[in-house]
Amino acid sequence: MIGDALAQVGACGLFLFQILAAIPKSLRHFRETIRQIWFVGAMSLVIIMTCGLFVGMVLGLQLYYVLSIFGGTAALGTVVSLSLYRELGPVMTALLFAGRAGTSITAEIGLMRATDQLSAMEMMAVDPLAYVAAPRFLACIVAMPLLACVFNALGIMGAHLVGVSWLGLDNGTFWSNMTSSVDVWKDVVNGVWKSVAFGAVIALIAVFQGYTTPPTSEGVAYATTRTVVFSSIVVLALDFVMTAFLM
Amino acid sequence: MTDARAPQNSDALVQVRGLRTTLGGKRIFEGIDLDIPRGKVTAIMGPSGTGKTTLLRHITGQLMPDAGEIRVDGQNVPALRRNALFDLREKIGFLFQNSALLTDFTVFENVAFPLRKHLKLPEELVRNIVLTKLQAVGLRGAAELMPSELSGGMARRVALARAIIRDPMLILYDEPFSGLDPIALNQVLKLIRTLNQTLGITSILVAHEFAAVSRAADLVYLIAAGKVVARGTPEELTHDDSPWTKQFFGGEADGPVPFQYPARDYAADLGFPATARPAGAA
Repeated sequence: MIGDALAQVGACGLFLFQILAAIPKSLRHFRETIRQIWFVGAMSLVIIMTCGLFVGMVLGLQLYYVLSIFGGTAALGTVVSLSLYRELGPVMTALLFAGRAGTSITAEIGLMRATDQLSAMEMMAVDPLAYVAAPRFLACIVAMPLLACVFNALGIMGAHLVGVSWLGLDNGTFWSNMTSSVDVWKDVVNGVWKSVAFGAVIALIAVFQGYTTPPTSEGVAYATTRTVVFSSIVVLALDFVMTAFLM
Repeated sequence: MTDARAPQNSDALVQVRGLRTTLGGKRIFEGIDLDIPRGKVTAIMGPSGTGKTTLLRHITGQLMPDAGEIRVDGQNVPALRRNALFDLREKIGFLFQNSALLTDFTVFENVAFPLRKHLKLPEELVRNIVLTKLQAVGLRGAAELMPSELSGGMARRVALARAIIRDPMLILYDEPFSGLDPIALNQVLKLIRTLNQTLGITSILVAHEFAAVSRAADLVYLIAAGKVVARGTPEELTHDDSPWTKQFFGGEADGPVPFQYPARDYAADLGFPATARPAGAA
């Protein structure tokens, strides 16, 4: 059992090297990478924006209540934006991204495996690592930080909507406190690094699960489930490690 | 009928020597030797599960054998590095049993795929080549359909057009007749014959339908129990009276290929003491 799990982790690690080695060749199919960025990025926008808005609104309500206990509601903009940039933006986006884009990558590649499409590419002397795996890997790395930024923006707008428009906080205070206490490098860029790492991890897990799935309907079903479960666990664990190092 | 274990043809495009394979703990091949002559259609037949498809996968380097040599056009496939293997595959067409069309692309783009990925050709030329091949398989009118809109026989023909798009020296057909109605079967059969005669493509055909095979193939290898058990023209094999050929081509349920999958003693399995074996339970 533990031996199997370790073997899986090892195989996944080796697979990462295979994908990295295939990246130069995949630039020949650059249009495929663009198509995948559109597919995993642009197509995820609706869910990311909706969730970002609601998370921001909830943060606005909850933090306004907590801050009002200490008479510190003026800090609402600061607290909301710091929690989003440093933590919630990258992590929530990653979890949503694993559910939206990760599963579709696994299912798509799994079905390609089950219907011999990957073997057919091999037989046409087109390396599926370069044509299928690497473009999706690159696309996730590009799309994740962009989506996280969109999530943050919508989250701040949601908090602004609740705090300023509904609860009557001063508009100037909200923005000026935020701009004066958020540091671009320490807060925003560190969050972007996190989301790049999460994008890479989710892409690796999703592509690996699809690539190695047994070619049966049950196999594809389990593989998609594993993508979500493993991605969520690894993202949250990696989040702790990266937070500790980037503090 | 010639000696199955000592192929004589020196002008072989594919030469297999001493091929041994174990898959999932099960011994598939125990020393296969065979030659695929240039410009001919060679059929590989045998009971289900003897590894005919595995043999095709060995020839194309999709699967590595435990031991043995597989020479395709002089190159030893198991020893090739990935790049050299891909160079070789550019000269080989492979027709998958389930056609394996790329489901995201139209019929036209499926057939054009190998051209677009390997050659930088003007769009006009790509279009002409693709339409010529689709015309050859009778599906020029279906160019804009998606694979999901095709019947099994049509998908097989599209896959065939894709397999020949770069005029390969060798084409491998993995069960091209299975699941086809008699009309579609004859269409595919005629195409295999025509491609071989007009373009001189060496063909390897894995199939079960002896009636169809005997009309398409110049040479037949019968594989069973991990070995080549018979080799000859379809005509020779119909008159051969070794137990293998008699069982296979006569379609007898029991013979050298046992009806029963290997199992424990029947009586013991049913819980009877081994001495009190019920009648007929052998």
